[in-house]
Amino acid sequence: MNNGTENKKHILSLLVENELGVLSRISGLFSGRGFNIESLCVAETNEENISRVTLVTTGDMFILEQIKKQLNKLISVVKVLEFTGTPFVQRELVLIKIKAKQESKAEILRLVDIFRSRIIDVSPECYTIEVTGSEDKIIALLDLLRPFGIKEIARTGAIALAREKK
Amino acid sequence: MVIIKIKGAEILIKALEDEGVETIFGFPGGAVIDIYDELIKSEKIRHILVRHEQGAVHAADGYARAISKPGVCLVTSGPGATNTVTGIASAYCDSIPMVILTGQVNTSLIGNDAFQEVDIVGITRPCTKHNYLVKDIKDLAKTIKEAFYIATTGRPGPVLVDIPKDVVQAFAEYKPLKNVKMRSYNPTYEPNMKQLDRVVEMIKNSKRPLIFAGGGIILSNASKELIRLARKIQAPVTTTLMGLGAFPASDPLWLGMLGMHGTYRANMSTAECDLLIAVGVRFDDRVTGKTSTFASKAKIVHIDIDPTSISKNIVVHTPIVGDCRITLERLNKLLGEEDFKGIKASRKPWLDQIEMWKSTKPLAYEQSDTIKPQFVVEKIFEITKGDAIITTEVGQNQMWAAQFYNFDKPNCFITSGGLGVMGFGLPAAIGAQVACPDKLVIDIAGDGSIQMNIQEMATAMQFHLPVKIAILNNGYLGMVRQWQELFYKKCYSCTEMSHTPDFVKLAEAYGAVGLRATKPEEVVPVLKKAFASDKPVIMDFVVEREEGVYPMVPSGADITEMLLV
Ligand SMILES: Cc1ncc(C[n+]2csc(CCOP(=O)(O)OP(=O)(O)O)c2C)c(N)n1
Ligand SMILES: [Mg+2]
Repeated sequence: MNNGTENKKHILSLLVENELGVLSRISGLFSGRGFNIESLCVAETNEENISRVTLVTTGDMFILEQIKKQLNKLISVVKVLEFTGTPFVQRELVLIKIKAKQESKAEILRLVDIFRSRIIDVSPECYTIEVTGSEDKIIALLDLLRPFGIKEIARTGAIALAREKK
Repeated sequence: MVIIKIKGAEILIKALEDEGVETIFGFPGGAVIDIYDELIKSEKIRHILVRHEQGAVHAADGYARAISKPGVCLVTSGPGATNTVTGIASAYCDSIPMVILTGQVNTSLIGNDAFQEVDIVGITRPCTKHNYLVKDIKDLAKTIKEAFYIATTGRPGPVLVDIPKDVVQAFAEYKPLKNVKMRSYNPTYEPNMKQLDRVVEMIKNSKRPLIFAGGGIILSNASKELIRLARKIQAPVTTTLMGLGAFPASDPLWLGMLGMHGTYRANMSTAECDLLIAVGVRFDDRVTGKTSTFASKAKIVHIDIDPTSISKNIVVHTPIVGDCRITLERLNKLLGEEDFKGIKASRKPWLDQIEMWKSTKPLAYEQSDTIKPQFVVEKIFEITKGDAIITTEVGQNQMWAAQFYNFDKPNCFITSGGLGVMGFGLPAAIGAQVACPDKLVIDIAGDGSIQMNIQEMATAMQFHLPVKIAILNNGYLGMVRQWQELFYKKCYSCTEMSHTPDFVKLAEAYGAVGLRATKPEEVVPVLKKAFASDKPVIMDFVVEREEGVYPMVPSGADITEMLLV
């Protein structure tokens, strides 16, 4: 059953003018109207003065419609793309600091290998792992690593692009 | 070629002149002293010195609405800027085109908690259509051009431009700009014609159509097209508070305003119609009451220039994004090709039903020995024959003005609709009087509200703006008292105005005329005397203290659940 009232996760990709205050216009819109932001990622693009904001939000279809319209209404927003229903690629980069006791080191290394991630910093008691991937992959790795004792974590939030037509 | 560099302040004034600005409402201060030094030299721009920056913004609002031009304000940094916020928020809610220029501390000091520094761009982000901080003199002219373009196109609204002092002190070349091009801003004016074809079909199949119009009609100058549509398809018309005047109250198809204090027939028609053509409205909660049962028997067509208004509060069947005037023009053209010969006869049952609602439950009040506030408004209407600009304060006075003054033309009713700002009416009247020097401009006021911007009496005096203020003096914050009476067991907590000034003496202290009426038979003579005066006049009408505004739909109830007199 889906009549549009189901709460779902949505990835929005915005092209915005790279100017003063644009990010606070966007975040202000979300907080002022009670919309939710799960993650938000901003950086410049290859086009001059244009930045890309990738934003993950949750809501039903009506809320999503309003979010898209309200974003479009912001003068600094050039374009709003939403990936639901179209093929797209999505990645997130995560740094994980994990307790590495003598007896668990081998198992951690094995997991790092399986997930095609890397260890980028080592200390006697701790590994820092770098992993990129889709949300599913990251959740799976985090679930497997948790029993060893995650000390700290830093995530970029999702970025995404639509797939080119083949 | 020699490049002639001029001072930033001069560039600013030239850019404003090139936008056709004739009036600025403002108040000086340290951060804008250079701008004022240039402004005084301008032969094209008149400056109206208000007595409080909030007054400047409301005046610009009233000015903009009276003549359909953008209003312009100029204030200093810090407190000057923060004092404008209420006025900006009101203009934003009501989609009024306006440009607010604020001074700012030197760019090198921004962020240092400098004297009279405030992040006004940050503060006003959620209540402006857009705003700017000009950090480089090279961007000044372009920013002014864009500000006016954004304020006046699409769904209009206030745009704020924050200008640091060193920017107006710097020198640069002024090159007037012809066009504005913005890749990120492109309002849709033309409606989707396929959708309009569907509307034509819906109209043909409808037995009980109703047109529901709002401020968008007035903003887009669509009144003529609206009248044409209504008469052609013989559909009755109701409007929001902001839409009053968009359709002539003297027309037999007029139902009155709908919503919380709407007429019985307007609310009943909304509940019973089978087709609701909503144009230039945003389905505010004061209009819809309970949204789940609003117009539940109807298919809803919604025409609006702002896509975010559509299906925000009420899910509609046929959304059309477009300018109201252009869309109605296209619709009328499509309908022109249809045959509406038998329309009058086929509409008869629907219009008869509405007439029945009207005759059983008309807008009414009971006369008594004390002055009834509704009576004052009725007399204002009769004496002015509807040919005045009416502004209002907020509360009961505002609702009685809306109910008992019959507006036949657009741009004649100026009220703070969306935000409901007490203290709006006097400065708005001043702005309207500046815009229309030959018109009679009347602020229908409450004794509470008028005290919120009473200082603008001095502005009216200084600039010879003979605005008339009719205070419906009930000694209460009446609208709040009415809610307390109805829903809080008559506990009149903090709503009695036990200390008000003697408004007659107050008027005289400003050098204006003060008049008072305490008995019904004094009302007409006082009004006539006031309207004949060439000075600002305060009329103190001592009215029935506990009169209520009816009908009234309790907040959140279905709009047919009306409390009647
Ligand atoms: C600035 C502001 N503060 C508070 C309110 C809440 N409020 C709405 S109506 C009203 C009463 C207004 O009293 P008055 O001006 O005497 O008008 P009346 O209702 O008596 O006609 C109040 C306090 C408001 N609308 N605006
Ligand atoms: Mg009162």
